[in-house]
Amino acid sequence: MGEMETAPKPGRDVPPKKDKLQTKRKKPREWKNPESQRSLSGAQDPFPGPAPVPVEVVQKFCRIDKSRKLPRSKAKTRSRLEVAEAEEEETSIKAARSELLLAEEPGFLEGEDGEDTAKICQADIVEAVDIASAAKHFDLNLRQFGPYRLNYSRTGRHLAFGGRRGHVAALDWVTKKLMCEINVMEAVRDIRFLHSEALLAVAQNRWLHIYDNQGIELHCIRRCDRVTRLEFLPFHFLLATASETGFLTYLDVSVGKIVAALNARAGRLDVMSQNPYNAVIHLGHSNGTVSLWSPAMKEPLAKILCHRGGVRAVAVDSTGTYMATSGLDHQLKIFDLRGTYQPLSTRTLPHGAGHLAFSQRGLLVAGMGDVVNIWAGQGKGSPPSLEQPYLTHRLSGPVHGLQFCPFEDVLGVGHSGGVTSMLVPGAGEPNFDGLESNPYRSRKQRQEWEVKALLEKVPAELICLDPRALAEVDVISLEQGKKERIERLGYDPEAKAPFQPKPKQKGRSSTASLVKRKRKVMDEEHRDKVRQSLQQQQQQQQQQQKEAKAKSTGARPSALDRFVR
Amino acid sequence: MKVKMLSRNPDNYVRETKLDLQRVPRNYDPTLHPFEVPREYVRALNATKLERVFAKPFLASLDGHRDGVNCLAKHPKNLATILSGACDGEVRIWNLTQRNCIRTIQAHEGFVRGICTRFCGTSFFTVGDDKTVKQWKMDGPGYGEEEEPLHTILGKTVYTGIDHHWKEAVFATCGQQVDIWDEQRTNPICSMTWGFDSISSVKFNPVETFLLGSCASDRNIVLYDMRQATPLKKVILDMRTNTICWNPMEAFIFTAANEDYNLYTFDMRALDTPVMVHMDHVSAVLDVDYSPTGKEFVSASFNKSIRIFPVDKSRSREVYHTKRMQHVICVKWTSDSKYIMCGSDEMNIRLWKANASEKLGVLTSREKAAKDYNQKLKEKFQHYPHIKRIARHRHLPKSIYSQIQEQRIMKEARRRKEVNRIKHSKPGSVPIVSEKKKHIVAVVK
Repeated sequence: MGEMETAPKPGRDVPPKKDKLQTKRKKPREWKNPESQRSLSGAQDPFPGPAPVPVEVVQKFCRIDKSRKLPRSKAKTRSRLEVAEAEEEETSIKAARSELLLAEEPGFLEGEDGEDTAKICQADIVEAVDIASAAKHFDLNLRQFGPYRLNYSRTGRHLAFGGRRGHVAALDWVTKKLMCEINVMEAVRDIRFLHSEALLAVAQNRWLHIYDNQGIELHCIRRCDRVTRLEFLPFHFLLATASETGFLTYLDVSVGKIVAALNARAGRLDVMSQNPYNAVIHLGHSNGTVSLWSPAMKEPLAKILCHRGGVRAVAVDSTGTYMATSGLDHQLKIFDLRGTYQPLSTRTLPHGAGHLAFSQRGLLVAGMGDVVNIWAGQGKGSPPSLEQPYLTHRLSGPVHGLQFCPFEDVLGVGHSGGVTSMLVPGAGEPNFDGLESNPYRSRKQRQEWEVKALLEKVPAELICLDPRALAEVDVISLEQGKKERIERLGYDPEAKAPFQPKPKQKGRSSTASLVKRKRKVMDEEHRDKVRQSLQQQQQQQQQQQKEAKAKSTGARPSALDRFVR
Repeated sequence: MKVKMLSRNPDNYVRETKLDLQRVPRNYDPTLHPFEVPREYVRALNATKLERVFAKPFLASLDGHRDGVNCLAKHPKNLATILSGACDGEVRIWNLTQRNCIRTIQAHEGFVRGICTRFCGTSFFTVGDDKTVKQWKMDGPGYGEEEEPLHTILGKTVYTGIDHHWKEAVFATCGQQVDIWDEQRTNPICSMTWGFDSISSVKFNPVETFLLGSCASDRNIVLYDMRQATPLKKVILDMRTNTICWNPMEAFIFTAANEDYNLYTFDMRALDTPVMVHMDHVSAVLDVDYSPTGKEFVSASFNKSIRIFPVDKSRSREVYHTKRMQHVICVKWTSDSKYIMCGSDEMNIRLWKANASEKLGVLTSREKAAKDYNQKLKEKFQHYPHIKRIARHRHLPKSIYSQIQEQRIMKEARRRKEVNRIKHSKPGSVPIVSEKKKHIVAVVK
């Protein structure tokens, strides 16, 4: 029947019509040619083009790991991935520009003319600093009720401390307003705020108790007995307890159920710390190992051999990159947690450190007897350099608890003489995010935040070493799915269709030439295959030769060779 | 020594008076926002669950007709007006906002086979079983006037469908052949036919306005060019097509509602393979209409349900059914892409929401932002198994559910036999035909 009349061809300047059903290919944005932009006065922009953004800041906001290779996928998926990667680059540049709006600067302490900052005492700092910051330094002399352990709430506004002889108190340490002060009539081993300043968990001699911030006892959890250490995982609403019986118990405080009770099989659990980056619990054992636990697994996720003697303290920094451990062998080691799990730096201490803590900006504090030493790194991303301490301080009694106050340049120390709040310039993150933890939040804001946090509570099964594991392509399931589909359909729908030569005009489409073209393509494919297989064979041969060489230059054969697998 | 401590002025972080907004400083550093992926996953899960909680699509049922509703038409200028024709020859005009009937006309003796509005909205045309084409005024008769058609055309054969041109004063009817009429004349300008069987529906292309498509009883879909007054090409399918609908956004795409429970989206330029085969109905598909966005369409099936399909997917995203709704004959998507109306066998026209969990009315800017965020989250995490399970879950009436199971077993059996045939015969002797090409018999130019 008749041919359809085509639409009139567009003019030369009109861009060709794109088929809207195809995926849109996003081009990187092209800035206008600066020479073409001239103002009326003829003046030109002295800094043409977009404002430069430092590369490290842009890197901070990049989340896609471009080095990882994805399995071979269809063209549509690949084009979508390209678009997503281009978008992510643009967004990270925008986010890097928004850093300009951050109002506060971190603190610093610099000595003049080779002065050692470690020799500067707290009193000097208090004199040199403004009155508001000077008020942050205080000493509470509480000798009567034993050595104190302390904990700051997540916003850094409230402080709770508990003494060995039962004294428990919670206060707003900025305004010095006391919220509650009670004596629980039992030994207090550890104290933690739960998700907000409204609830306190106290590990008492026999069982775990939960108190209101007015001092009213709310719960007594008898399943958690003889707890020595507590850790609260804020995004999962899990309270992890390490007990003398060797059990690591996870208690979900939003529903009040025990999610997991794991037997660590390593005797008494004394040393516990959490990794704030992936919510994994680090337990230190008396055989010098640190084991990593998640409530989803009965076995530890990993075991790292750290020290020759027992491990006495573990701390992990807020980005989850470095772990500091100290042991009975008087060593203080910093390990790299993302990648190699190897020690990055080691230092021998005259007196073993029984307590360790990291600050938000990467400062490390170690409590050795009644002295605290603080080490600082180069910037926010680098590990603290253990050569020279940044600050030191001697307290009136042996140290029993250490924690940096979030978002403030303050270190809280609990010791046998009470509680001390020390000034450490440069410790706290200067710019907080109002929607995550806001020290200046009102009651209404706290209530709204609590509801939202409960709604997005992460289930405990999702805790694993890589918190971004959920965003990765599930390669195993993908390939299994492909295999199952091939089995089911009887053929591979994604296999390349056999080459069909296109019929050509002017006599080039005779049978002989079609056969010739087909043969040509088949021969080329065959040649490629043969080349590949040759390459593989060569590689295998080379490997075998290497192994043979390694064997031949190895040690003399020994009697123990029979046990080599 | 040089020392500076971090000290914040509370005046910069606390609001001045109770009447101010709270100050919320932001820092987008990823270290301050740990667990991004798991938290967003939980938010997506919550958003999916809430979408199912708020999914209440049924809005209203308009009753008044005394026989099954056979055809529906939209007013081109007024969103609230729809016209419906029933099987007893009655045509009713409804107001959707007040949900009542504003005008009733006894238009034909016998079925009202087709109804269409003129592009300006001042009049509409109806065709019926009494072999007439009548044109009526859209406004009601004045005081003292009788209800009378503007224009009546008597034909020789029964007309089964009518459609008006989108720009010119021309309309097309179908019956034994496709006739193109000028509004002023009583004889068709031209008659086109290709084949020997009756034609069940005709539709003008809204973008390339000179093109028409029609479906005939001998299982073919024929495309015509009005300017040349000739048929262009036709595609023959396995079973008869009931209606077609042109995509209002893409000039060459149309969707055909077929008797073999499927819908086929064709590109007019390449009719040998459909762009997409939409398979989800369990009974013959009777009507199809596109959303004005051109991205989705709704189809009505004999099996008492209507389904909404995205254009690029072969599975439906939504199914609407009610105990009281019997065989759905006609369906239309309103011009603001928010509502769907369907006319069924039991004399009712039902009004549904196109997005079942959408909140109607004016939204505040915060509501809009939350809705957009949740939409994006659901889209991002749609492939995760728990979320997919919740998002896909629809309650189906027992008849449809059991039919689906039965048909799945039948399809499985057929596929297994095909696989065995391929496995146990000489490679290449049994051709592997893709699902898309299976249902096309031939394309004739």
